[in-house]
Amino acid sequence: MSLVQDSGPRRPFILRHPSVLLFLGALAAFTIVVTILSEAAGLGLVSTSFVKTLGKTLCLCLVAVAMDVLWGYCGILSLGHMAFFGIGGYAIGMWLMYARTEAIVADNLAAAPIPPTPQEISDAIGSQIFGVVGSSEFPLIWSFADSLFLQLLAVIVVPGLLALVFGWLAFRGRVTGVYLSILTQAMTLALALYLFQNDSGLRGNNGLSGLQNIPGWEDWPQSVVSLVFFWASALALALGYVLCAWIVSGKLGSVIRGIRDDEARVRFLGYHVESYKLFIFVLTAVIAGIAGALYYPQAGIINPAEIAPIASIYLAVWVAIGGRGRLYGAVIGAAFVSLLSSWFTGGGAPPINLGFYTIQWTDWWLVLLGLSFVLVTLFAPKGLGGLVDLWTERRRTADRVGDYGPDKGAWRREEGEE
Amino acid sequence: MIRAFLLALFLLVSAPIGAQAQQSDLQSILQDYQEIVASPSRRTVGPMLEALAASGLPGTLGFLEAFQNRDVWVRGADGLFFYVIERDDDQFTLLDIATGEEVGTADKSEIEQIRPNGGVRREIGSALVQFQLSDPDIERRQAAVDAIARDLSADQIGPLSGAIDNEADPDLKARKEMLLGMLIAGFGDVPEERITAIETLADRSSVEARAVLNQILRSSSEVAADLPEGENIAGERIVGVDLSREEAYLELVDAGLAPQRISADALRAALVENLADGAVGGVPVDELGDPARRVDAYQALAEAGQVAPFVTEDEITAALAAHTFYDVYAEADASVTRAAEEALAAIETRVAMGQAVDLGLDALSLASIYFLAAIGLAVTFGVMGVINMAHGEFIMMGAYTGYVVQLVIPDYTLSLVVALPLAFAVTFAAGVAMERLVIRWLYHRPLETLLATFGISIALQQLAKNIFGTQARPLTSPGWLDGARVVNDVVQISYIRIAIFVLALMFLVLILFILNRTRLGLEVRAVTQNPGMAASMGINPDRINMLTFGLGSGVAGIAGVAIGLYAKVTSEMGSDYIVQSFMTVVVGGVGNVWGTLAGAALIGSFQKGIEWLNPSNTLAAQTYMIIIIIIFIQFRPRGIIALKGRAAGG
Amino acid sequence: MSTLLELSGVSVSFDGFRAINNLSFQIGEPEMRAIIGPNGAGKTTFMDIITGKTRPDAGSVLWGEKSVSLLRKSESAIAREGIGRKFQKPTVFEAQTVRENLAMALKNPRGPFDVLMHRKTPEGAARIEALAEEIGLTGQLGRIAGELSHGQKQWLEIGMLLAQAPRLLLVDEPAAGMTPAEREHTTDLLKRAAETRAVVVVEHDMEFVRRLECKVTVLHEGSVLAEGSLDHVTKNKDVIDVYLGR
Repeated sequence: MSLVQDSGPRRPFILRHPSVLLFLGALAAFTIVVTILSEAAGLGLVSTSFVKTLGKTLCLCLVAVAMDVLWGYCGILSLGHMAFFGIGGYAIGMWLMYARTEAIVADNLAAAPIPPTPQEISDAIGSQIFGVVGSSEFPLIWSFADSLFLQLLAVIVVPGLLALVFGWLAFRGRVTGVYLSILTQAMTLALALYLFQNDSGLRGNNGLSGLQNIPGWEDWPQSVVSLVFFWASALALALGYVLCAWIVSGKLGSVIRGIRDDEARVRFLGYHVESYKLFIFVLTAVIAGIAGALYYPQAGIINPAEIAPIASIYLAVWVAIGGRGRLYGAVIGAAFVSLLSSWFTGGGAPPINLGFYTIQWTDWWLVLLGLSFVLVTLFAPKGLGGLVDLWTERRRTADRVGDYGPDKGAWRREEGEE
Repeated sequence: MIRAFLLALFLLVSAPIGAQAQQSDLQSILQDYQEIVASPSRRTVGPMLEALAASGLPGTLGFLEAFQNRDVWVRGADGLFFYVIERDDDQFTLLDIATGEEVGTADKSEIEQIRPNGGVRREIGSALVQFQLSDPDIERRQAAVDAIARDLSADQIGPLSGAIDNEADPDLKARKEMLLGMLIAGFGDVPEERITAIETLADRSSVEARAVLNQILRSSSEVAADLPEGENIAGERIVGVDLSREEAYLELVDAGLAPQRISADALRAALVENLADGAVGGVPVDELGDPARRVDAYQALAEAGQVAPFVTEDEITAALAAHTFYDVYAEADASVTRAAEEALAAIETRVAMGQAVDLGLDALSLASIYFLAAIGLAVTFGVMGVINMAHGEFIMMGAYTGYVVQLVIPDYTLSLVVALPLAFAVTFAAGVAMERLVIRWLYHRPLETLLATFGISIALQQLAKNIFGTQARPLTSPGWLDGARVVNDVVQISYIRIAIFVLALMFLVLILFILNRTRLGLEVRAVTQNPGMAASMGINPDRINMLTFGLGSGVAGIAGVAIGLYAKVTSEMGSDYIVQSFMTVVVGGVGNVWGTLAGAALIGSFQKGIEWLNPSNTLAAQTYMIIIIIIFIQFRPRGIIALKGRAAGG
Repeated sequence: MSTLLELSGVSVSFDGFRAINNLSFQIGEPEMRAIIGPNGAGKTTFMDIITGKTRPDAGSVLWGEKSVSLLRKSESAIAREGIGRKFQKPTVFEAQTVRENLAMALKNPRGPFDVLMHRKTPEGAARIEALAEEIGLTGQLGRIAGELSHGQKQWLEIGMLLAQAPRLLLVDEPAAGMTPAEREHTTDLLKRAAETRAVVVVEHDMEFVRRLECKVTVLHEGSVLAEGSLDHVTKNKDVIDVYLGR
């Protein structure tokens, strides 16, 4: 893998890792093509809703990249990272909902004969937002909902803090392997159950809605808004990818892969393994939070079901199908499976008539996904990314047959090390 | 003596002889009160009822019931009373009120239905009680007693005390006596008698007894400048402790002791009303967004006399300080209320203890469920180290097997007898198939096992959804499992939970037996501890793994039937239990059946305990339980019952 | 030669089984020491206690000039104090190159942020070259460690230990599964290492121990049975009874 290879210290990071450059190029080309074909640019070959789907997919790719760092590189199979994704969504969703409701309320009250008091405004917003759960009081966690800056900060801080506390408890207790997986699953289940309550302060199972309407952008059509978020998602994915590639390719990457393969050995080398795990756990949680904050304004609605354990397991499925231990594998897996999933479940796939039974893909897609997942685990542990290996292996063989020969090949790689 | 009396009563009621004579008797008594019966009112109906009661005629009871149910009709021509049957042709068949025999027909215009109002019907009802309490049919007596118990009132003392001595059934007699005690406690005339009755009630913890005592202790909230003399005062209420400032002031207003407070809405409305030339009370409109300025404007209006005066916070404080808030008992006699308070306290202590026992039983049955759900997992996860995320789906398969068996065999007991082994067989086969096809390729790759079995889990779940649909399917328990073992009014446990508890116990014994006393168990332990050595001793690890996995899955299937009886059968029922099951195994200590038992007990009682502290919210209970488990694992990472030393690995 | 590590009165038991029983032991710096003993004598547990993997029930473990107690320290902190451990089975990071393996072990700040911001230096590269030379893997730096032969992996692990620049090296059965030539190389490596630091070798193979030419400690049932030169202990009657005589 090109990520594993080291090159001379003076060349820029990007150049040392051609796969990163390749990925960024592909992403840029994709973004440009979608932009040109979008409704906003006039061509309209790609509908606004599909631009949103693609933008959401990019966010899923970002959280998959984070998951890959955590699982593929550090060996921690978290079945709870979509909780952080959801928290990011809730954090931004609170501001979106508050600010928009505030604008509507201000409009309504402006028509009144006398100007409203601050209390009246707050009450009106409260009853608008919390009417569905039979309340009009603002819960404590909405204290900062009026501040975009603080809620953006919360997108980073809340998932980070939760990951820090949870990770500290779990790693300190030397909970590893499947135990940790199950514990993370319990964490996300606990959070989802908590949010399902009406008195959680986040509108229970109604969740937050109307998030696609961005306050202050009322004059922009959704086609433009969707494109802006698409760009933002692409940018976030690019930055996240580069950050993760930089981390896993350096010495830290070497240490966390060591932790994945033999935790005790790393510990006896003098590394405080728990700190490393915690660092990676928190970092990936923050990335997941940011991805969620970009995802939900495009989805328009967030509710506790999004945080249910199944979501996090799908995340693991994407990374596994894409191929873990390689960042582009995670991107391929997330994009491929989630787009395929929305094609199947959205009724895009034609039903198959067997004569005695007609296969409706909306009913059978999950069966197909589950079984193909078993097959991938059994027969293609490298996932879709493994296909890239087939190609690079063939090329490498060609090199050896050609000028250099096997020894030369080995030597070249060795030269590349320093 | 009593028997002879009953015999006489029996003869009196059932004897058809002389029906003709009796008919005229009942009808003639009614004719004496013809106008009262035809248009009854609460005040006038009394003498007629007394006359009927005094007559002791056998048809009286039936008539009173019919009268109460508006089934009695009067013929306009001669004022006679009948029961009727409506026919298709707008004609009515007339029935005799004493015998029920057909005595003719009438056109709709000739007869009129008698419609006693609610008050009259209550009067009839209490007259009926007397008859019913002494009815020869024990079920009717029972029903009459139940009717009294439902709605205690002072006028029942007489009929009830008259119906105790001749009661033949000892249970019913005891109940009547108890009811009479309650009635006396609640409505007796002599305070000493009441206190004695109240003290007797203190020994009971029934809901009824508590209702009586609460009735005696009924109080109303009052407010006055000073505590009044000569009233039976329950206690003083302190503002800020027993009631909020707002509530207290509202009471003052209601009692006419303070002026109405001007609410924010009323204030706003008043300002809008008096808005003139862009200002109110001298305050410009655009300053009215400030609450303080609004008050200024309103007070200006109040001074001008245009609106009611504004009540400031200081005035409210002063008004509250000047008054005393207290509760006063409706019962004037302090000795009675004191006795009732003491009796209620005694009962409540006993009830609390009963509730603790009940909670314990609840926790026990929840623990049994968790144990059943987790024990199969403890075998596969604990003994083999294999994570089976599809375990929950095996539970679901077992439950659906039970459902299908019930479709085929309608007898619930028989179907249950068939379903249990069949569920085991089905899930055993599924488990073996899964082990052969998937899991054995993934030994020593636990995370991959986890994900692959998860893939199977979603596929199975969706498959079940496609076959059985999304709605919950019933798995009906046999009749003998319905109902509950009632210990007293507080403590009761349903038979189904007892059955699940027994089933859990049987499984504990069975699994322990298999693992510790059979050849298979020996080989399982050998393979668990040292597969290489076991293989060299002629044990086939492949076979053992297959059987162990099958066993664990089969147990899940049986658990599925049990859980299906108690909860709903849906395609998602497995995922409801999987996390809890893992928690149970992990908390208890991996690789140990006793650990699973301890884990189930701990988690079951945790959850019930939290639900008890916060009964309205089971979702929150689950949240807190998971958090507690996460913290628990900090302190005992290897579970309650941990293997130590080298065997634990590490 | 000053005392580097001192264990006194250490006991530990698992489920009633006394793995280590009132063990006392000390080693100076530099010194080479071989530990022998039958299976179950507590050799591995002894190393586990020093490296912090197992906490003893009783006794003290003191380290260095300042006699710091190691009992309260974590495994990684003990490793940073300067105690390196080589496991019985060669444990190197097989998915990574020899160079990465050595670079990871190189004595550098161990915090996550230090490592994240780590820059490769010419000194580090030179040190890795020197280590590779020492362990005879000069030509193999770019290879994936998993491709190495068993003996090479053992050397790589010893190289990783040396890279840590420890003051005390604990080596568990380094010669197991090696060819005679590889053994010789390993002996040389260890002897050279012992010139500047303390080295404890746990070994079954008497021939190998003899070649180390060092003081020998015999463990039996969790305590020291005999201590001295190999010739001295092999003449000890107790030792013959419990170990050599079998």
